[in-house]
Amino acid sequence: MKNEYSSYLSQTAKEIQPSGIRKFFDLAASMEGVISLGVGEPDFVTPWNIREATILSLEQGITSYTANPGLLELRQEICKYLKNRFSVQYNPKNQVIVTVGASQAIDLAFRAILNQGEEVLIVEPAFVAYGPLVSLAGGKPVPVSTSPENGFKVTPEQIEAAITEKTKAILICSPNNPTGTMLTKDELAELAKVIQKHDLILISDEIYAELSYDETFTSFAAIDGMYERTILINGFSKGFAMTGWRLGYLAAPAEFVSVMLKIYQYTTMCAPHMLQIGAIEALRNTFNEVEEMRKSYQRRRNYIVQSLNEIGLDCHTPGGAFYVFPSIRSTGLSSEEFAEELLKAEKVAVVPGNAFGESGEGYVRCSYATSMAQLQEALKRMQRFVESRKMVLQK
Amino acid sequence: MKLSSEEIEILKILEEDHKLPAATIASMVMSDEETVQNTIKKLEDQKIIMSYPTLINWSKVEGQSNIVAMIEVKVTPKRGVGFDEIAERIARFPEVSSLYLMSGAYDLSITIEGKTMQQIARFVSEKLSTFEHVVSTTTHFMLKKYKHDGVIFEGGDEKDRRMVVTP
Repeated sequence: MKNEYSSYLSQTAKEIQPSGIRKFFDLAASMEGVISLGVGEPDFVTPWNIREATILSLEQGITSYTANPGLLELRQEICKYLKNRFSVQYNPKNQVIVTVGASQAIDLAFRAILNQGEEVLIVEPAFVAYGPLVSLAGGKPVPVSTSPENGFKVTPEQIEAAITEKTKAILICSPNNPTGTMLTKDELAELAKVIQKHDLILISDEIYAELSYDETFTSFAAIDGMYERTILINGFSKGFAMTGWRLGYLAAPAEFVSVMLKIYQYTTMCAPHMLQIGAIEALRNTFNEVEEMRKSYQRRRNYIVQSLNEIGLDCHTPGGAFYVFPSIRSTGLSSEEFAEELLKAEKVAVVPGNAFGESGEGYVRCSYATSMAQLQEALKRMQRFVESRKMVLQK
Repeated sequence: MKLSSEEIEILKILEEDHKLPAATIASMVMSDEETVQNTIKKLEDQKIIMSYPTLINWSKVEGQSNIVAMIEVKVTPKRGVGFDEIAERIARFPEVSSLYLMSGAYDLSITIEGKTMQQIARFVSEKLSTFEHVVSTTTHFMLKKYKHDGVIFEGGDEKDRRMVVTP
Protein backbone atom coordinates (compact mmCIF):
# COMPACT_ATOMS: atom_id res chain seq x y z
CA MET A 1 0.00 0.00 0.00
CA LYS A 2 1.39 3.38 -0.96
CA ASN A 3 -0.64 5.50 1.40
CA GLU A 4 -2.39 5.41 4.78
CA TYR A 5 -5.30 2.97 4.82
CA SER A 6 -7.76 5.72 5.53
CA SER A 7 -7.02 7.31 2.17
CA TYR A 8 -8.47 4.24 0.47
CA LEU A 9 -11.77 4.42 2.36
CA SER A 10 -14.93 6.19 1.27
CA GLN A 11 -15.49 9.60 2.78
CA THR A 12 -19.13 8.83 3.54
CA ALA A 13 -18.28 5.60 5.30
CA LYS A 14 -15.57 7.26 7.36
CA GLU A 15 -17.88 10.02 8.51
CA ILE A 16 -20.42 7.63 9.98
CA GLN A 17 -20.19 7.50 13.76
CA PRO A 18 -20.07 4.11 15.45
CA SER A 19 -23.25 3.36 17.40
CA GLY A 20 -23.27 4.95 20.86
CA ILE A 21 -24.95 1.85 22.23
CA ARG A 22 -22.10 -0.45 21.19
CA LYS A 23 -19.44 1.72 22.77
CA PHE A 24 -21.19 1.53 26.08
CA PHE A 25 -21.82 -2.17 25.96
CA ASP A 26 -18.20 -3.08 25.50
CA LEU A 27 -17.72 -1.63 28.97
CA ALA A 28 -20.69 -3.50 30.41
CA ALA A 29 -19.62 -6.77 28.82
CA SER A 30 -16.27 -6.65 30.61
CA MET A 31 -17.94 -6.69 34.05
CA GLU A 32 -19.48 -9.55 35.97
CA GLY A 33 -22.88 -9.73 37.67
CA VAL A 34 -24.34 -6.95 35.55
CA ILE A 35 -28.11 -6.71 35.24
CA SER A 36 -28.79 -5.34 31.82
CA LEU A 37 -31.73 -3.09 31.10
CA GLY A 38 -29.99 -2.23 27.89
CA VAL A 39 -31.04 -5.08 25.67
CA GLY A 40 -33.28 -4.11 22.77
CA GLU A 41 -34.77 -7.55 22.26
CA PRO A 42 -37.41 -9.78 23.83
CA ASP A 43 -36.44 -12.07 26.72
CA PHE A 44 -38.59 -14.78 25.16
CA VAL A 45 -37.20 -17.45 22.87
CA THR A 46 -38.95 -17.79 19.49
CA PRO A 47 -42.11 -19.93 20.02
CA TRP A 48 -41.38 -23.58 19.42
CA ASN A 49 -43.90 -24.12 16.61
CA ILE A 50 -41.97 -21.58 14.52
CA ARG A 51 -38.64 -23.21 15.28
CA GLU A 52 -40.06 -26.67 14.62
CA ALA A 53 -41.49 -25.69 11.24
CA THR A 54 -38.06 -24.43 10.25
CA ILE A 55 -36.29 -27.58 11.45
CA LEU A 56 -38.77 -29.67 9.50
CA SER A 57 -38.14 -27.65 6.36
CA LEU A 58 -34.42 -28.33 6.66
CA GLU A 59 -35.06 -32.03 7.16
CA GLN A 60 -37.11 -31.98 4.00
CA GLY A 61 -34.20 -30.42 2.18
CA ILE A 62 -35.72 -27.01 1.51
CA THR A 63 -32.51 -25.10 0.93
CA SER A 64 -32.90 -23.35 -2.42
CA TYR A 65 -33.34 -19.68 -3.29
CA THR A 66 -36.83 -18.26 -3.23
CA ALA A 67 -38.33 -15.63 -5.52
CA ASN A 68 -36.61 -12.26 -4.90
CA PRO A 69 -39.41 -10.68 -2.87
CA GLY A 70 -39.85 -13.86 -0.83
CA LEU A 71 -42.13 -16.91 -1.02
CA LEU A 72 -45.50 -15.95 -2.46
CA GLU A 73 -47.16 -17.96 0.32
CA LEU A 74 -45.40 -15.82 2.91
CA ARG A 75 -46.24 -12.57 1.13
CA GLN A 76 -49.88 -13.68 1.05
CA GLU A 77 -49.80 -14.33 4.80
CA ILE A 78 -48.20 -10.92 5.38
CA CYS A 79 -50.92 -9.19 3.35
CA LYS A 80 -53.63 -11.11 5.17
CA TYR A 81 -52.07 -10.10 8.48
CA LEU A 82 -51.76 -6.41 7.52
CA LYS A 83 -55.36 -6.39 6.36
CA ASN A 84 -56.83 -8.19 9.38
CA ARG A 85 -54.80 -6.38 12.01
CA PHE A 86 -54.38 -2.89 10.63
CA SER A 87 -56.92 -2.62 7.79
CA VAL A 88 -54.34 -1.82 5.12
CA GLN A 89 -54.59 -3.71 1.89
CA TYR A 90 -51.60 -4.71 -0.24
CA ASN A 91 -51.23 -6.98 -3.23
CA PRO A 92 -48.86 -9.86 -2.37
CA LYS A 93 -47.75 -10.11 -5.99
CA ASN A 94 -46.19 -6.66 -6.37
CA GLN A 95 -46.41 -4.67 -3.17
CA VAL A 96 -44.39 -6.62 -0.61
CA ILE A 97 -40.73 -7.56 -0.17
CA VAL A 98 -39.50 -9.90 2.56
CA THR A 99 -36.15 -8.51 3.73
CA VAL A 100 -33.27 -9.50 5.95
CA GLY A 101 -34.46 -7.63 9.03
CA ALA A 102 -36.55 -4.47 9.07
CA SER A 103 -33.29 -2.48 8.95
CA GLN A 104 -32.67 -3.69 5.44
CA ALA A 105 -36.16 -2.66 4.44
CA ILE A 106 -35.38 0.86 5.66
CA ASP A 107 -32.08 0.80 3.77
CA LEU A 108 -33.90 -0.21 0.57
CA ALA A 109 -36.44 2.58 1.03
CA PHE A 110 -33.77 5.28 1.35
CA ARG A 111 -31.75 3.96 -1.57
CA ALA A 112 -34.82 3.85 -3.75
CA ILE A 113 -36.03 7.39 -3.10
CA LEU A 114 -32.99 9.57 -2.33
CA ASN A 115 -30.89 11.65 -4.69
CA GLN A 116 -27.60 13.15 -3.56
CA GLY A 117 -28.13 15.75 -0.84
CA GLU A 118 -31.87 15.29 -0.37
CA GLU A 119 -33.01 15.57 3.21
CA VAL A 120 -34.85 13.09 5.38
CA LEU A 121 -36.49 14.23 8.61
CA ILE A 122 -35.85 11.87 11.47
CA VAL A 123 -37.98 12.25 14.56
CA GLU A 124 -35.69 12.02 17.57
CA PRO A 125 -34.94 10.43 19.99
CA ALA A 126 -34.62 7.68 17.40
CA PHE A 127 -33.17 4.25 16.74
CA VAL A 128 -29.46 4.68 16.01
CA ALA A 129 -29.47 3.25 12.47
CA TYR A 130 -31.74 5.73 10.69
CA GLY A 131 -29.28 8.62 10.27
CA PRO A 132 -26.38 6.52 8.98
CA LEU A 133 -28.68 4.70 6.53
CA VAL A 134 -29.77 8.05 5.08
CA SER A 135 -26.13 9.16 4.74
CA LEU A 136 -25.12 5.89 3.08
CA ALA A 137 -27.87 6.39 0.52
CA GLY A 138 -26.44 9.82 -0.28
CA GLY A 139 -29.07 11.78 1.62
CA LYS A 140 -28.81 14.09 4.57
CA PRO A 141 -30.46 13.17 7.87
CA VAL A 142 -32.17 16.12 9.56
CA PRO A 143 -33.14 15.53 13.18
CA VAL A 144 -36.51 16.75 14.42
CA SER A 145 -36.28 16.97 18.20
CA THR A 146 -39.31 16.21 20.31
CA SER A 147 -39.85 17.40 23.84
CA PRO A 148 -40.45 15.44 27.04
CA GLU A 149 -43.25 17.85 28.05
CA ASN A 150 -45.19 16.45 25.14
CA GLY A 151 -44.27 12.84 25.98
CA PHE A 152 -41.76 12.84 23.10
CA LYS A 153 -44.60 13.03 20.59
CA VAL A 154 -43.69 14.94 17.47
CA THR A 155 -46.01 17.84 16.57
CA PRO A 156 -46.96 19.15 13.10
CA GLU A 157 -45.26 22.47 14.01
CA GLN A 158 -41.96 20.73 14.78
CA ILE A 159 -42.07 18.97 11.42
CA GLU A 160 -43.04 22.13 9.58
CA ALA A 161 -40.11 24.02 11.13
CA ALA A 162 -37.57 21.48 9.83
CA ILE A 163 -38.80 21.36 6.24
CA THR A 164 -36.63 22.93 3.51
CA GLU A 165 -36.94 22.76 -0.27
CA LYS A 166 -34.63 19.75 -0.15
CA THR A 167 -36.80 17.71 2.19
CA LYS A 168 -37.83 14.50 0.49
CA ALA A 169 -39.09 12.20 3.19
CA ILE A 170 -39.77 11.70 6.87
CA LEU A 171 -39.19 8.68 9.05
CA ILE A 172 -41.48 8.03 12.01
CA CYS A 173 -41.27 5.07 14.37
CA SER A 174 -44.29 4.48 16.58
CA PRO A 175 -44.29 2.81 19.09
CA ASN A 176 -40.87 4.34 19.43
CA ASN A 177 -37.46 3.02 20.31
CA PRO A 178 -36.12 4.43 22.72
CA THR A 179 -39.03 6.34 24.30
CA GLY A 180 -41.83 3.78 23.94
CA THR A 181 -44.09 6.63 22.85
CA MET A 182 -47.02 5.63 20.68
CA LEU A 183 -48.93 8.11 18.52
CA THR A 184 -52.71 7.88 18.53
CA LYS A 185 -54.86 7.77 15.42
CA ASP A 186 -55.80 11.45 15.80
CA GLU A 187 -52.19 12.49 16.22
CA LEU A 188 -51.23 10.54 13.10
CA ALA A 189 -54.01 12.29 11.18
CA GLU A 190 -52.66 15.71 12.25
CA LEU A 191 -49.12 14.79 11.14
CA ALA A 192 -50.50 13.43 7.88
CA LYS A 193 -51.77 16.88 6.93
CA VAL A 194 -48.28 18.41 7.07
CA ILE A 195 -46.72 15.44 5.30
CA GLN A 196 -49.25 15.73 2.47
CA LYS A 197 -49.04 19.51 2.30
CA HIS A 198 -45.29 19.29 1.61
CA ASP A 199 -45.63 16.20 -0.57
CA LEU A 200 -43.21 14.12 1.53
CA ILE A 201 -42.73 10.38 1.42
CA LEU A 202 -43.30 8.66 4.75
CA ILE A 203 -41.21 5.76 5.97
CA SER A 204 -43.27 4.32 8.80
CA ASP A 205 -41.32 1.96 11.03
CA GLU A 206 -44.02 -0.17 12.65
CA ILE A 207 -41.80 -2.93 14.03
CA TYR A 208 -43.29 -2.51 17.52
CA ALA A 209 -46.91 -2.59 16.29
CA GLU A 210 -47.70 -5.82 18.17
CA LEU A 211 -46.46 -4.31 21.41
CA SER A 212 -49.03 -1.61 22.13
CA TYR A 213 -50.69 -1.51 25.52
CA ASP A 214 -53.27 1.15 26.20
CA GLU A 215 -54.70 1.95 22.81
CA THR A 216 -55.16 -0.03 19.64
CA PHE A 217 -52.29 0.46 17.25
CA THR A 218 -53.09 2.36 14.06
CA SER A 219 -50.91 1.93 11.01
CA PHE A 220 -49.86 5.19 9.38
CA ALA A 221 -50.77 3.73 5.99
CA ALA A 222 -54.39 3.45 7.15
CA ILE A 223 -54.70 7.23 7.62
CA ASP A 224 -56.58 9.05 4.83
CA GLY A 225 -54.35 10.00 1.92
CA MET A 226 -51.22 8.34 3.35
CA TYR A 227 -51.30 4.94 1.63
CA GLU A 228 -50.02 6.29 -1.67
CA ARG A 229 -46.97 7.94 -0.05
CA THR A 230 -46.10 5.46 2.71
CA ILE A 231 -43.43 2.80 2.77
CA LEU A 232 -44.56 0.60 5.62
CA ILE A 233 -41.83 -1.26 7.50
CA ASN A 234 -42.51 -4.20 9.78
CA GLY A 235 -40.95 -7.50 10.74
CA PHE A 236 -40.94 -10.50 13.01
CA SER A 237 -38.20 -9.54 15.49
CA LYS A 238 -40.10 -7.85 18.28
CA GLY A 239 -43.68 -9.10 18.27
CA PHE A 240 -42.81 -12.73 17.53
CA ALA A 241 -39.52 -12.78 19.49
CA MET A 242 -37.50 -13.58 16.35
CA THR A 243 -34.66 -11.05 16.52
CA GLY A 244 -31.85 -13.38 15.44
CA TRP A 245 -33.80 -14.59 12.42
CA ARG A 246 -33.33 -11.24 10.74
CA LEU A 247 -36.67 -11.26 8.95
CA GLY A 248 -38.52 -8.09 8.12
CA TYR A 249 -40.68 -6.82 5.31
CA LEU A 250 -41.88 -3.70 3.59
CA ALA A 251 -45.15 -2.89 1.92
CA ALA A 252 -45.68 0.09 -0.37
CA PRO A 253 -47.23 1.24 -3.63
CA ALA A 254 -46.12 -1.03 -6.50
CA GLU A 255 -44.15 1.78 -8.19
CA PHE A 256 -41.90 2.05 -5.13
CA VAL A 257 -41.65 -1.69 -4.64
CA SER A 258 -40.50 -2.42 -8.17
CA VAL A 259 -37.50 -0.09 -7.73
CA MET A 260 -36.65 -1.42 -4.29
CA LEU A 261 -36.91 -4.94 -5.64
CA LYS A 262 -34.36 -4.10 -8.32
CA ILE A 263 -31.86 -3.03 -5.66
CA TYR A 264 -32.71 -6.05 -3.52
CA GLN A 265 -32.11 -8.45 -6.42
CA TYR A 266 -28.56 -7.28 -6.79
CA THR A 267 -27.66 -6.91 -3.13
CA THR A 268 -29.31 -9.81 -1.36
CA MET A 269 -31.25 -11.99 -3.81
CA CYS A 270 -33.71 -13.21 -1.18
CA ALA A 271 -34.19 -13.84 2.53
CA PRO A 272 -33.19 -17.36 3.71
CA HIS A 273 -35.71 -19.91 2.48
CA MET A 274 -36.09 -22.02 5.63
CA LEU A 275 -36.57 -18.93 7.79
CA GLN A 276 -39.36 -17.80 5.51
CA ILE A 277 -41.05 -21.15 6.18
CA GLY A 278 -40.80 -20.39 9.90
CA ALA A 279 -42.31 -16.95 9.28
CA ILE A 280 -45.34 -18.50 7.54
CA GLU A 281 -45.92 -20.63 10.64
CA ALA A 282 -45.48 -17.52 12.81
CA LEU A 283 -48.24 -15.64 11.00
CA ARG A 284 -50.58 -18.63 10.93
CA ASN A 285 -50.42 -20.15 14.38
CA THR A 286 -48.72 -17.94 16.92
CA PHE A 287 -51.17 -15.26 17.98
CA ASN A 288 -51.93 -16.81 21.39
CA GLU A 289 -48.23 -16.66 22.26
CA VAL A 290 -47.86 -13.15 20.86
CA GLU A 291 -50.77 -12.00 23.01
CA GLU A 292 -49.35 -13.68 26.12
CA MET A 293 -45.99 -11.99 25.52
CA ARG A 294 -47.70 -8.65 25.05
CA LYS A 295 -49.56 -8.97 28.33
CA SER A 296 -46.42 -9.99 30.12
CA TYR A 297 -44.59 -6.89 28.85
CA GLN A 298 -47.50 -4.72 29.86
CA ARG A 299 -47.40 -5.98 33.47
CA ARG A 300 -43.68 -5.32 33.63
CA ARG A 301 -44.12 -1.87 32.12
CA ASN A 302 -46.65 -0.96 34.78
CA TYR A 303 -44.28 -2.15 37.47
CA ILE A 304 -41.17 -0.38 36.19
CA VAL A 305 -42.91 2.95 35.51
CA GLN A 306 -44.35 3.08 39.01
CA SER A 307 -41.08 2.00 40.62
CA LEU A 308 -38.95 4.52 38.71
CA ASN A 309 -41.27 7.34 39.70
CA GLU A 310 -41.18 6.15 43.31
CA ILE A 311 -37.40 6.27 43.48
CA GLY A 312 -37.38 9.78 42.06
CA LEU A 313 -36.69 9.27 38.36
CA ASP A 314 -39.56 10.94 36.50
CA CYS A 315 -40.95 8.60 33.90
CA HIS A 316 -43.95 8.94 31.60
CA THR A 317 -46.00 5.84 30.83
CA PRO A 318 -45.09 4.74 27.31
CA GLY A 319 -47.87 3.31 25.17
CA GLY A 320 -45.80 0.64 23.44
CA ALA A 321 -42.52 -1.21 22.72
CA PHE A 322 -40.57 -2.50 25.74
CA TYR A 323 -38.66 0.60 26.75
CA VAL A 324 -39.13 3.28 29.35
CA PHE A 325 -37.30 6.57 29.11
CA PRO A 326 -36.99 8.13 32.57
CA SER A 327 -35.46 11.54 33.27
CA ILE A 328 -32.27 11.42 35.31
CA ARG A 329 -31.98 15.19 35.71
CA SER A 330 -32.76 15.01 39.45
CA THR A 331 -29.40 13.27 39.98
CA GLY A 332 -27.44 16.22 38.60
CA LEU A 333 -25.68 13.93 36.12
CA SER A 334 -25.60 13.87 32.34
CA SER A 335 -27.01 10.80 30.58
CA GLU A 336 -23.60 9.32 29.96
CA GLU A 337 -22.35 10.03 33.48
CA PHE A 338 -25.47 8.48 34.96
CA ALA A 339 -25.17 5.33 32.85
CA GLU A 340 -21.48 4.95 33.53
CA GLU A 341 -21.65 5.63 37.29
CA LEU A 342 -24.68 3.40 37.71
CA LEU A 343 -22.86 0.61 35.94
CA LYS A 344 -19.73 1.03 38.03
CA ALA A 345 -21.45 1.52 41.38
CA GLU A 346 -24.38 -0.87 41.11
CA LYS A 347 -23.77 -2.96 38.01
CA VAL A 348 -26.97 -2.04 36.24
CA ALA A 349 -26.67 -1.28 32.54
CA VAL A 350 -28.93 1.31 30.92
CA VAL A 351 -28.39 3.22 27.69
CA PRO A 352 -27.68 6.96 27.83
CA GLY A 353 -30.49 8.87 26.11
CA ASN A 354 -28.18 11.04 24.02
CA ALA A 355 -27.18 7.92 22.05
CA PHE A 356 -30.56 8.40 20.34
CA GLY A 357 -30.13 12.08 19.50
CA GLU A 358 -29.60 15.33 21.34
CA SER A 359 -33.14 15.55 22.66
CA GLY A 360 -32.46 12.35 24.60
CA GLU A 361 -29.96 14.12 26.85
CA GLY A 362 -31.09 14.03 30.47
CA TYR A 363 -32.75 10.65 29.94
CA VAL A 364 -31.76 7.00 29.88
CA ARG A 365 -33.37 4.08 28.10
CA CYS A 366 -34.30 1.09 30.22
CA SER A 367 -35.60 -2.03 28.54
CA TYR A 368 -38.02 -4.05 30.64
CA ALA A 369 -37.76 -7.13 28.45
CA THR A 370 -36.19 -9.02 31.32
CA SER A 371 -37.56 -11.21 34.10
CA MET A 372 -39.50 -9.72 37.03
CA ALA A 373 -36.85 -11.04 39.43
CA GLN A 374 -34.12 -9.17 37.54
CA LEU A 375 -36.25 -6.05 37.26
CA GLN A 376 -36.90 -6.00 41.00
CA GLU A 377 -33.20 -6.38 41.73
CA ALA A 378 -32.27 -3.70 39.19
CA LEU A 379 -34.77 -1.26 40.69
CA LYS A 380 -33.42 -1.93 44.18
CA ARG A 381 -29.92 -1.13 42.98
CA MET A 382 -31.06 1.98 41.12
CA GLN A 383 -32.82 3.22 44.22
CA ARG A 384 -29.60 2.84 46.20
CA PHE A 385 -27.74 4.74 43.51
CA VAL A 386 -30.25 7.59 43.35
CA GLU A 387 -30.22 7.88 47.18
CA SER A 388 -26.43 8.11 47.20
CA ARG A 389 -26.58 10.84 44.55
CA LYS A 390 -29.04 12.78 46.71
CA MET A 391 -26.52 12.71 49.56
CA VAL A 392 -23.82 14.04 47.24
CA LEU A 393 -26.09 16.81 45.97
CA GLN A 394 -27.08 17.87 49.50
CA LYS A 395 -23.45 18.43 50.49
CA MET B 1 -67.33 -18.10 37.39
CA LYS B 2 -66.91 -14.72 35.76
CA LEU B 3 -63.76 -12.93 36.86
CA SER B 4 -62.61 -9.40 36.05
CA SER B 5 -59.63 -8.98 33.76
CA GLU B 6 -57.62 -7.72 36.72
CA GLU B 7 -58.38 -10.91 38.67
CA ILE B 8 -57.31 -13.04 35.72
CA GLU B 9 -54.10 -11.00 35.43
CA ILE B 10 -53.35 -11.63 39.10
CA LEU B 11 -53.88 -15.36 38.62
CA LYS B 12 -51.48 -15.40 35.68
CA ILE B 13 -48.85 -13.49 37.63
CA LEU B 14 -49.15 -15.87 40.59
CA GLU B 15 -49.04 -18.90 38.34
CA GLU B 16 -45.70 -17.67 37.01
CA ASP B 17 -44.23 -16.58 40.36
CA HIS B 18 -46.12 -17.11 43.61
CA LYS B 19 -43.49 -15.31 45.67
CA LEU B 20 -44.02 -11.80 44.32
CA PRO B 21 -45.09 -9.42 47.08
CA ALA B 22 -48.63 -8.02 46.86
CA ALA B 23 -47.24 -4.48 46.43
CA THR B 24 -45.31 -5.53 43.31
CA ILE B 25 -48.31 -7.34 41.88
CA ALA B 26 -50.36 -4.23 42.57
CA SER B 27 -48.00 -2.08 40.50
CA MET B 28 -48.09 -4.62 37.66
CA VAL B 29 -51.87 -4.51 37.40
CA MET B 30 -52.09 -0.81 38.32
CA SER B 31 -54.02 -1.39 41.52
CA ASP B 32 -53.23 -1.01 45.22
CA GLU B 33 -51.77 -3.48 47.65
CA GLU B 34 -54.88 -3.96 49.76
CA THR B 35 -57.10 -4.71 46.77
CA VAL B 36 -54.62 -7.30 45.56
CA GLN B 37 -54.45 -8.95 48.98
CA ASN B 38 -58.23 -9.08 49.17
CA THR B 39 -58.49 -10.46 45.65
CA ILE B 40 -55.98 -13.23 46.38
CA LYS B 41 -57.81 -14.10 49.59
CA LYS B 42 -61.10 -14.24 47.69
CA LEU B 43 -59.64 -16.45 44.96
CA GLU B 44 -58.26 -18.79 47.62
CA ASP B 45 -61.64 -18.92 49.36
CA GLN B 46 -63.35 -19.67 46.08
CA LYS B 47 -60.92 -22.55 45.55
CA ILE B 48 -59.80 -21.06 42.25
CA ILE B 49 -56.33 -20.87 43.73
CA MET B 50 -56.01 -24.37 45.13
CA SER B 51 -52.48 -24.49 46.52
CA TYR B 52 -48.97 -23.00 46.22
CA PRO B 53 -46.77 -23.01 44.07
CA THR B 54 -49.89 -21.71 42.48
CA LEU B 55 -52.24 -24.42 41.28
CA ILE B 56 -55.21 -22.74 39.65
CA ASN B 57 -58.46 -24.39 38.77
CA TRP B 58 -58.86 -22.58 35.45
CA SER B 59 -61.95 -24.62 34.61
CA LYS B 60 -63.82 -22.56 37.21
CA VAL B 61 -62.99 -19.30 35.43
CA GLU B 62 -65.29 -18.30 32.60
CA GLY B 63 -63.51 -17.90 29.28
CA GLN B 64 -60.23 -19.30 30.59
CA SER B 65 -60.86 -23.02 30.79
CA ASN B 66 -58.62 -25.21 28.71
CA ILE B 67 -59.71 -28.19 26.71
CA VAL B 68 -57.61 -31.18 27.62
CA ALA B 69 -57.01 -34.32 25.59
CA MET B 70 -54.92 -37.44 26.06
CA ILE B 71 -53.35 -38.74 22.90
CA GLU B 72 -52.01 -42.26 22.49
CA VAL B 73 -49.28 -42.35 19.88
CA LYS B 74 -47.67 -45.30 18.17
CA VAL B 75 -44.17 -44.57 16.97
CA THR B 76 -41.52 -46.45 15.00
CA PRO B 77 -38.39 -46.05 17.09
CA LYS B 78 -35.42 -44.61 15.26
CA ARG B 79 -32.17 -46.52 15.14
CA GLY B 80 -29.64 -45.21 17.64
CA VAL B 81 -31.90 -42.86 19.48
CA GLY B 82 -35.01 -44.99 20.07
CA PHE B 83 -37.98 -42.91 21.13
CA ASP B 84 -36.00 -40.05 22.66
CA GLU B 85 -35.51 -37.87 19.63
CA ILE B 86 -39.15 -37.68 18.58
CA ALA B 87 -40.36 -37.46 22.18
CA GLU B 88 -38.09 -34.51 22.91
CA ARG B 89 -39.31 -32.69 19.83
CA ILE B 90 -42.97 -33.22 20.65
CA ALA B 91 -42.37 -32.25 24.28
CA ARG B 92 -41.31 -28.73 23.31
CA PHE B 93 -44.71 -27.68 21.97
CA PRO B 94 -46.29 -25.47 24.61
CA GLU B 95 -49.66 -27.19 24.09
CA VAL B 96 -48.14 -30.43 25.39
CA SER B 97 -48.48 -30.47 29.17
CA SER B 98 -47.11 -33.97 29.77
CA LEU B 99 -45.50 -36.72 27.75
CA TYR B 100 -44.62 -40.25 28.84
CA LEU B 101 -43.16 -43.33 27.20
CA MET B 102 -45.52 -46.22 28.03
CA SER B 103 -45.38 -49.98 28.04
CA GLY B 104 -48.27 -51.82 26.37
CA ALA B 105 -50.49 -51.11 23.40
CA TYR B 106 -49.02 -47.76 22.42
CA ASP B 107 -45.72 -45.92 22.89
CA LEU B 108 -46.17 -42.29 23.83
CA SER B 109 -48.88 -40.84 26.04
CA ILE B 110 -49.37 -37.13 25.48
CA THR B 111 -51.53 -34.77 27.48
CA ILE B 112 -52.35 -31.69 25.48
CA GLU B 113 -54.13 -28.50 26.49
CA GLY B 114 -55.67 -25.97 24.17
CA LYS B 115 -58.08 -23.07 24.23
CA THR B 116 -60.34 -24.61 21.62
CA MET B 117 -61.14 -27.98 20.13
CA GLN B 118 -59.77 -26.65 16.81
CA GLN B 119 -56.42 -25.88 18.36
CA ILE B 120 -56.08 -29.47 19.53
CA ALA B 121 -57.35 -30.85 16.23
CA ARG B 122 -54.82 -28.72 14.37
CA PHE B 123 -52.00 -29.89 16.58
CA VAL B 124 -52.87 -33.53 15.94
CA SER B 125 -53.47 -33.24 12.21
CA GLU B 126 -50.83 -30.67 11.22
CA LYS B 127 -48.04 -31.38 13.67
CA LEU B 128 -48.19 -34.71 15.40
CA SER B 129 -49.39 -36.98 12.63
CA THR B 130 -47.02 -35.45 10.08
CA PHE B 131 -43.93 -36.65 11.97
CA GLU B 132 -42.18 -39.26 9.90
CA HIS B 133 -42.03 -41.85 12.67
CA VAL B 134 -45.57 -41.46 13.97
CA VAL B 135 -47.61 -44.47 12.88
CA SER B 136 -50.95 -43.66 14.45
CA THR B 137 -52.66 -41.42 16.98
CA THR B 138 -55.79 -41.85 19.11
CA THR B 139 -57.18 -38.75 20.78
CA HIS B 140 -59.32 -38.84 23.92
CA PHE B 141 -60.88 -35.61 25.16
CA MET B 142 -61.08 -35.12 28.90
CA LEU B 143 -64.58 -34.44 30.18
CA LYS B 144 -64.13 -33.59 33.84
CA LYS B 145 -61.26 -33.27 36.28
CA TYR B 146 -61.74 -34.85 39.73
CA LYS B 147 -58.21 -34.97 41.04
CA HIS B 148 -54.96 -33.50 39.73
CA ASP B 149 -51.46 -33.66 41.22
CA GLY B 150 -52.86 -35.05 44.45
CA VAL B 151 -55.37 -32.24 44.83
CA ILE B 152 -59.07 -33.10 44.70
CA PHE B 153 -60.92 -30.66 42.43
CA GLU B 154 -64.60 -31.61 42.71
CA GLY B 155 -66.68 -32.96 45.53
CA GLY B 156 -63.71 -33.73 47.68
CA ASP B 157 -64.23 -31.13 50.37
CA GLU B 158 -63.27 -33.15 53.37
CA LYS B 159 -64.76 -31.49 56.39
CA ASP B 160 -63.45 -32.04 59.85
CA ARG B 161 -66.18 -34.34 61.09
CA ARG B 162 -64.83 -34.65 64.62
CA MET B 163 -66.74 -33.13 67.47
CA VAL B 164 -65.46 -29.84 68.81
CA VAL B 165 -64.39 -31.36 72.10
CA THR B 166 -63.56 -34.98 72.57
CA PRO B 167 -62.00 -36.69 75.51
